[in-house]
Amino acid sequence: MNSRLILIFSILFFFCSLITNAQSYENARQHQCLKCHSNQTYTFLNTVKGKEEKRLMNPYFILDTVAMTNGVHKQFDCTDCHSSEYATYPHNGNLKLEPLSTCLDCHGGDESFAKYKFDQIQEEVNKSVHYKVYGENFGCSKCHSQHTYVTTARNSDNVLEIVDNDNKMCLSCHNDMKKYKLVSGHENPKLVEVHDWLPNQELHFRHVRCVECHTEVIDSLMVSHNILGKDHAVKKCVECHTANSRLKASLYKYENLQKRSEKGGIHIVLSNSSYMIGTHQSPLLKLLSFLIFFAVLSGIIIHLLFRIFKK
Amino acid sequence: MGTTEKIYFYPVWLRIWHGINALGIIILIITGISMQSSLDSPLIGFSLAVNLHNITGIVILLSYLFFFIGNIVTKNGKYYLIKAKGFFQNPIKQSVYYAWGMFHGSKPPFPLSQKRKFNPLQKYFYVLVMYIAVPIVIITGIALLFPELIIEEAYGFSGLFLTAILHSAVGFFISIFLIIHIYMSSIGKSPFDNFKSIISGWHHL
Repeated sequence: MNSRLILIFSILFFFCSLITNAQSYENARQHQCLKCHSNQTYTFLNTVKGKEEKRLMNPYFILDTVAMTNGVHKQFDCTDCHSSEYATYPHNGNLKLEPLSTCLDCHGGDESFAKYKFDQIQEEVNKSVHYKVYGENFGCSKCHSQHTYVTTARNSDNVLEIVDNDNKMCLSCHNDMKKYKLVSGHENPKLVEVHDWLPNQELHFRHVRCVECHTEVIDSLMVSHNILGKDHAVKKCVECHTANSRLKASLYKYENLQKRSEKGGIHIVLSNSSYMIGTHQSPLLKLLSFLIFFAVLSGIIIHLLFRIFKK
Repeated sequence: MGTTEKIYFYPVWLRIWHGINALGIIILIITGISMQSSLDSPLIGFSLAVNLHNITGIVILLSYLFFFIGNIVTKNGKYYLIKAKGFFQNPIKQSVYYAWGMFHGSKPPFPLSQKRKFNPLQKYFYVLVMYIAVPIVIITGIALLFPELIIEEAYGFSGLFLTAILHSAVGFFISIFLIIHIYMSSIGKSPFDNFKSIISGWHHL
């Protein structure tokens, strides 16, 4: 009897939760929060004037309900993280001052999330240039929108999609003056200009993640979160273009042709900063060259000694 | 010393070429090694090494053409001709002299004269360097300056990679030659006599 009751309540609870979720995101107009926060404008009853008023919504507080429906946190409702007092409007001004739950409040120290290594990521973030500049205010959500976040790198086998998705996180601030200024206090440098040393820039941007050059890579994390200052970024072509000689050859040829097509003239050929590493690319030849060098040197020394003492 | 016979072996054009070539080759070796080992020393910065190597390479190309033409239009070229007779025995005889004979009071097997400027072993090395090795580094060097000239792929390797390997391997051979060349020059009337000769033009027999 007892177990039957539990079963009935469980089924009821399950359907109720399904219904509330459906209301939450798929039917935003019915949702208590999203009926305002998914639109450009909102209407409310001004009790002082005693009439309805329509106002513009702060663009930073408008949520993309479609993205939310696909996000990893879709099963949560707004008041699971935000104060339930937000249910009334006008919102109580003091609510802004209350600290929000952080990601680690749920994800930290939890076995079920162990594979994502949230705690280690937090340690890395604390070493990063972002944390040094903005302190604890630079939380996970600055890059990973808690409302719409989807795991791409783990699920996608399309490299271009992963690169695009990851770089958008960086660009959301680094390509946006207002957001950038919030953290750094000065205007954002033009990315195309600061990367003008990089050959074939557009191709690199499409195929390489920002973090590839701008983090200290550690093997134990899928994506390193210790974002380094620009002085520590990878800037030597050979750091990437060494493993495969073919890649290096293409790099050499590219740089050479590029420089000549840009400026023209024979002098460019001479002042070409690209170069090609020769025999030392092959460990065998390197060893051989050392052996020959020392053999010749010892031959000469022995001969010289004979000339000095034997004559 | 004053009583010894001397021959005017090295005409002015040859001495000028030798001077430019010596300086150029030394610069190429130093900058070559510095690039090879990716050294970014405060003395020669990496980009300076690259530029210096490229410019000196062109200077050496011009000086090589000067040497090549000079050896055609003057009689100097005949000293580099190798005859079939004694092709193997002569250099071996000379090697034995260097390794054994000269320490046991033997006379040089091929004494130098107006007709013979180089001993056989010396001639072989000079021909090897000036008519095989230097042309190879010049041609591969030009190819590396204009990489579109190089075939894309050969036997599954990048053509550019093979060219670079050949360039630096032959460059290494020339460096080894230079060490031996300088050492052998000290075997003369006196240790510094041959060095004086290449400046004055007169060789003491």
